[in-house]
Amino acid sequence: MATATNKMLGHLGDSVERLEDPPLVTGKGRFVGDINFPHQLHMRIVRSPYAHGKIKSVDTSEAKAHPGVVAVWTTDDIEDVPPIDFREGSNPTLALFRQYALARELVRYVGDPVAAVFAEDPYTAEDASELVVLDVEPLPALIRADDPPQDFKGQATTEAAVVEQGYGDLEEAFSSAYKVVEIEAKVGRHTGVPMECRGAIGRYDASRDVLEMYGAAKVPHRNRDTLCRMLNRPASGVHLFEGHTGGGFGIRGELYPEDVLVCVAAMRLGRPVKWIEDRQEHLMAANHSRQQIHKIRAAVEEDGNILALDDELYLDQGGYIRTHGTRVANMTTGTLPGPYRIPVYRSICHFRLTNKTPAATYRSPGRCESTFVRERLMDEIATELDLDPVAVRRRNLIALEEMPWHRDLDVLGDSVEHDPGDYAGLLDQGLEQMHWDELQKELAQRRDNGEMVGVGLSMFFEKSGLGPSDGAKIFVDGTGHIEVVTGGASLGQGFETAMAQICAEDLGTDYRRIRVVHGQTNRIDYGVGAHASRATVLTGTAVSKTAQAVRAKALEMAAELLQTTPDALDITDGVIHSKDNPSGPSLTLGEVAEALAPTSPSRGDRTPYLAGEEWFNIDHQTYPYGHHIAVVKVDGETGEVEIEKYFIAYDIGRSINPMMIEGQLVGGLAQGIGGALYEEFTYSEAGDPQSVTFADYLIPTLHEIPNPEILLTEDFPSIRTPLGIKGAGEAGITGALAAVAAAIDDAIGIPGAIRETPISPQRLKKILSERA
Amino acid sequence: MSERKDIALTINGADYEVSVDPRWTLADVIRDHCGQTGTHLGCEHGICGACTVLVDDVPMRSCLMFGVQADGKKIRTVEGLADGEEYHPLQKAFMENHALQCGYCTPGFLMLATGILEAEPDISDEDLNDVLSSNLCRCTGYANIVKAVRAARDEMKAAG
Repeated sequence: MATATNKMLGHLGDSVERLEDPPLVTGKGRFVGDINFPHQLHMRIVRSPYAHGKIKSVDTSEAKAHPGVVAVWTTDDIEDVPPIDFREGSNPTLALFRQYALARELVRYVGDPVAAVFAEDPYTAEDASELVVLDVEPLPALIRADDPPQDFKGQATTEAAVVEQGYGDLEEAFSSAYKVVEIEAKVGRHTGVPMECRGAIGRYDASRDVLEMYGAAKVPHRNRDTLCRMLNRPASGVHLFEGHTGGGFGIRGELYPEDVLVCVAAMRLGRPVKWIEDRQEHLMAANHSRQQIHKIRAAVEEDGNILALDDELYLDQGGYIRTHGTRVANMTTGTLPGPYRIPVYRSICHFRLTNKTPAATYRSPGRCESTFVRERLMDEIATELDLDPVAVRRRNLIALEEMPWHRDLDVLGDSVEHDPGDYAGLLDQGLEQMHWDELQKELAQRRDNGEMVGVGLSMFFEKSGLGPSDGAKIFVDGTGHIEVVTGGASLGQGFETAMAQICAEDLGTDYRRIRVVHGQTNRIDYGVGAHASRATVLTGTAVSKTAQAVRAKALEMAAELLQTTPDALDITDGVIHSKDNPSGPSLTLGEVAEALAPTSPSRGDRTPYLAGEEWFNIDHQTYPYGHHIAVVKVDGETGEVEIEKYFIAYDIGRSINPMMIEGQLVGGLAQGIGGALYEEFTYSEAGDPQSVTFADYLIPTLHEIPNPEILLTEDFPSIRTPLGIKGAGEAGITGALAAVAAAIDDAIGIPGAIRETPISPQRLKKILSERA
Repeated sequence: MSERKDIALTINGADYEVSVDPRWTLADVIRDHCGQTGTHLGCEHGICGACTVLVDDVPMRSCLMFGVQADGKKIRTVEGLADGEEYHPLQKAFMENHALQCGYCTPGFLMLATGILEAEPDISDEDLNDVLSSNLCRCTGYANIVKAVRAARDEMKAAG
């Protein structure tokens, strides 16, 4: 595409610097904490110190009397505000389990919001919050999802749902098996923990009857819709604004109690209301994730061929069901078969409430958990059949010739249909790059010399680009500057740069001339936000289609002005010129935009403006794939695990910006290693959270994270999208728990030793001492 | 409420006189009372390092210091790193090496690295790793931060 005269930057596939960076490295970012409005109030939440109990009274009199306090609310003050609804709309079977913005009758976890204090400054609000007196009759806390369910409000049990998926005849498959291999595997409770805590500012403009919320993230349009439903307001009267967001990872940007409270308070108190979460609150109030216990068995043949999988799992949902409903259960049961054929399958998820912080999606929801479980099972099959773990995987991988591979499973309302991809071929490339055979020998020799070193492999398929559709608007002004308006969102992943590169490619301009708008519900009616690795795939394709339409309009107008035909023209660096004679007569995009202005005589009967709006519809998600390989060293004395080497192979289909994709993979891996080795929310038997500071909830530092080798291939562009792109946000984390666990098994020489994450020094020491 | 105390400090060369509540942290004084919001708070108990600023050229966690303790001190924050339109070598290196994603921890890393590279221009890779492991980042997996700081170190050294 590049020509000799082409000085443009930012084509598809270029690792250009990010448009986002200049304000962020100079301290000019606008995170929610940086935004202030005149006369704003500050909100502080009073949270339940009880894991479970009946609220007898909440005495706010002393807090209300505190100087500088404007109001103190309990649930009685917002009796008309319904519980926080589901993102996908109302759901009668789950409605009972929703959370009120302030706890009503019961508190169900330590951190459950009970009262809200509104004061002139944040220090005062916090002082006064300590004066709220809570009288609670404690009830027994349920802290294990596999313990018998309890009563829920006299109307149900804490088993809120049973999600079952599967196909084929299990009984027949298991009765004809050479062997049945069975394991139990547990994934610990951990979550995204972005560096910026949550925050929200509600502001009500009575002159226009418009409610605004700042600090929105991830899914601003969806949250606007939910707020409209809950507060009975039209979409034109609720605007959400996303500023800079300090990381998301699935947990930031869902609609939480505090978001609803600042909005309602702004309207009722007549002043802007600002809430900034502190870290202790964050660790007990923002969504947790992951915690599952699986009991899984495989019916296998002698050569390792899997005839069937039968899985039963307990998902620890915490105190309530939040915006996602049963999404994680759906994704776990829908993706567990992974990249393998699995002719017969069943997974039953017991979706159970407990008395912990509510759980929802965290980067690679359902896939990270199910990959750990499935890959642990693959290793166990190899052990029990005395086969090579790589050979067992190869025996079961879906072959390229069998693609697209349909599976009668539902993932987010979409039946799974694997895009063509060469799973075995990528594995070959990966093993070769890692010098697999030599590595095995070298590690065996080191083990002979007394070191505890080992290697582990995990394979997975990912999902991205959840549909059904997204749109984009592009406007070119008279100076040739371009604005791309999307309903996407940016949590820090480089969304603006990716969209600008896609637009630049089609419009023939430098990506730095493009301004990308996201997360502003007053600029575009619809948006999918940024989740499920969908932003680049779905919104990016909509931007591409729109840019092509704008390009066609520009060339058509220019052709008339230059007295030629559109197909004789090209655009380079914002200049429309003849393909045959690039230095001949030309027009800039800005000049063409001027020619299309409403008052321009050149416009004729064309629709005004050099602008466009197009939509992209996708019929299935795209399913990228890859594998992880970890090499670890275990210190037998301390139980410490050092990751010596790490490798990620991933087929992205087509790269927009490889530097950013690698950034996503490495960043995801760091979180995966955190989940594999360090991060865990633990609770006492009484339901007291024990991980509420960064001294207890251990986020990996530089010392714990290796610099991984990455093999990023573009061998199989997606057949679902015209650009061939697939998502990249989650593959760095998906295989991490499983690969690290397998490597530790190998290092300590106990196949199947690791059945639970995180693999803390305590757990590992216990395993080692039991062996001794 | 205890009595306010008048303090004077400089931030990036500009003088500020603030009447502070003794319990206000330096971070809150810098952000809320001097309007320099580039310094971020990530945990408010000294672990994540997002709030790192230079106090008399030494990296400090501004969440662990009270505003009153900064009386008479020279504070440097991320807003003061660039020289007009000219980026500091660290800022440039962070952009070139994709050492930031969400950018929330970035000011803390930039100030930590500035402090250490000014004090020890010849710092070894290994020592640099030790220093940089005192701050947390949740997006990048650190590899590019290390690359960027090493690149800036080498460039600053070459420039003398």
